[in-house]
Amino acid sequence: MRAFLAILRRDMAVALAQGAATLLSVAFFVVTITLFPLGVGPDPATLARISSGVLWVAALLSVLLSLDRLFQADHEDGSLEQIGLGPLPLELVVLAKVLAHWLSTGLPLILAAPVLALLLNMPVSGLPVLLLAMALGTPILSLIGAIGAALTLGVRRGGVLLSLIVLPLYIPVLIFGVAAVDASISGLGARPHLLILAAMLAPSLVLAPLAAGASIRLALE
Amino acid sequence: MSGLPWAALAATSSAMHRFANPTVALRLADRLMPWSASLCAGLFVVGLYYALVASPIDYQQRDTVRIMYVHVPAAWMALGVYAMMATASAVGLVWKHPLADLSAKAAAPIGAGFTLICLVTGALWGQPTWGTWWVWDARLTSVLILFFLYLGYMALWQAYDDPGRAARAAAILALVGVVNLPVIKFSVDWWNTLHQPASVFTLQGPKIDPSMLKPLMLMAGAYLAFFVTVLIYRLKAEILARRASVLRRARAEP
Amino acid sequence: MMVLEARDLACLRGDRVVFEHVGFRLGPGEVLLLEGPNGSGKSSLLRLLAGFLTPLAGRLLWQERDIAEEGEAYRRTIAYVGHLDAVKPMLSVEANLRFWADLHGATGQALERALDFFELAELRELPARLLSAGQRRRLNLSRLLVREARLWLLDEPSVSLDRHSVALLGEAMEAHRAGGGMIVAATHLDLGLAGAARLRLGGETGT
Repeated sequence: MRAFLAILRRDMAVALAQGAATLLSVAFFVVTITLFPLGVGPDPATLARISSGVLWVAALLSVLLSLDRLFQADHEDGSLEQIGLGPLPLELVVLAKVLAHWLSTGLPLILAAPVLALLLNMPVSGLPVLLLAMALGTPILSLIGAIGAALTLGVRRGGVLLSLIVLPLYIPVLIFGVAAVDASISGLGARPHLLILAAMLAPSLVLAPLAAGASIRLALE
Repeated sequence: MSGLPWAALAATSSAMHRFANPTVALRLADRLMPWSASLCAGLFVVGLYYALVASPIDYQQRDTVRIMYVHVPAAWMALGVYAMMATASAVGLVWKHPLADLSAKAAAPIGAGFTLICLVTGALWGQPTWGTWWVWDARLTSVLILFFLYLGYMALWQAYDDPGRAARAAAILALVGVVNLPVIKFSVDWWNTLHQPASVFTLQGPKIDPSMLKPLMLMAGAYLAFFVTVLIYRLKAEILARRASVLRRARAEP
Repeated sequence: MMVLEARDLACLRGDRVVFEHVGFRLGPGEVLLLEGPNGSGKSSLLRLLAGFLTPLAGRLLWQERDIAEEGEAYRRTIAYVGHLDAVKPMLSVEANLRFWADLHGATGQALERALDFFELAELRELPARLLSAGQRRRLNLSRLLVREARLWLLDEPSVSLDRHSVALLGEAMEAHRAGGGMIVAATHLDLGLAGAARLRLGGETGT
């Protein structure tokens, strides 16, 4: 437990010390979203209709862009191999680092989302479900992303490959995240969609650390 | 296939035994190949005859129903090849047998091909029947994800220089992608999709007419034989390429 | 009895056999120095010993048991210094070392001792990105002292160190031996370790 907290604390300290780099993914989130009204026109009705999709796509891409922070730096400076020699199994190391990644990336996105949703003219009735869906969905994005990030450690053109591997796996989160918000706005009830998101989070919590842990072990050879 | 090589190499370095002795595999491949190739050709001729000529037209879909005889077996193969690839990957990871890794690698492009055929023929059928080339329903989307998984798997193999590491990284990805298989299979039952539910592999047995079942099964057999033939061919190529690289390295060393 | 034993080891990287038929036996207080030209597998052997690589053939035994089976128990007994310093540039010297101490459950005293020994105490508040290469290497080495690892695996530990720091390193290694510790090191410099065993890699393999 102490080792788990040590990793979590250090990753948070690194994220804070690199404040700018951490805020970058939120900035990217905001900028991407402001592009849509410029692209599809400022008509409030149109924006309201696409708001949930735009928010989710932007969140997905922001998380994707931040994934290289997850293991890359630690791999390059040798920290990862030293952590691998530590008392904590790599699976739990992955979990600690994913938690830190979510706290420094997913959480700020969730906090920024309501404001941006209002800017996109999303009905206020959709906001609670949006927050709930993002609270369930963004950890899945970090977890699945960890698999891709670990698989592409020390690989040529890792960034492009990472997108190719991770984005398809993100599609279900996108579909149900958007469906939940749209369902609540149209008064259909978002419960089934939120339950599916929760049902995806549970196995991700087990599978992702296993797969990412194995991939890191491979990268340390 | 004889003479040079594996034995001589093994003498140079006793450690080489890890690469197993692929001459056995190669000999088996040569033995099997003509059989599966002719089976494949025969089944295709008979299957296509029934599919395109000797089967009744559908009273609703008219002749477009014939696309199904190409589409449905391709979908089965897309899933089946992935399942085989994931199984081979698991075997490769656990028992570290290079032949299992190479089988998975050799199967991937074939599976991607079947998936692409499935998607394209589906679109061609969807246009006259549903009035649209593509809908974003669960079945179609999950098959598209399958296609991307194949591509990611192949790209990951390419990305590593060390074949041993490439094999293990790709195997991990293949196993992660297995979660997509039940989603594809059951997507038509779990969600209200435009795509029709299963009609051949159901608990109550096939729900379609025997006159349609016959060409379907013949075509499925032809696809399977095609897969086996090409897999053997590709596997042989992989083994020879691997051997060539080992030889080249042995020559480069003092 | 703390004994590290390698029997008939072989190591494969890519499609290349780096070395084979390597064996040695190391008891408490003993030092093994690895020698050989570039590419002869010194680093690979150390990474085998650290458990990053699995041997292609042969066995690695710690107290008569396979290190792969020992798992965490074995990892707890080793400390590894590789080519990379594992220093986070944005964190202070002390924060860097404190993380490793926390990770391994070491005490605050051990941390102070390590900082003092490698003469980093005055730099403790400094962000590690301001350190020189030699100072960064000393910070890396001080990780050896924050915890009680029986077996040190050192891959070129004296790189970028000045003469004084090399002497400190030699002192630390000597003290580790005196306490019954074991060391396997690949180094070009003579660290003045009396009675160290030597293992020559390269030359025997191939035809």
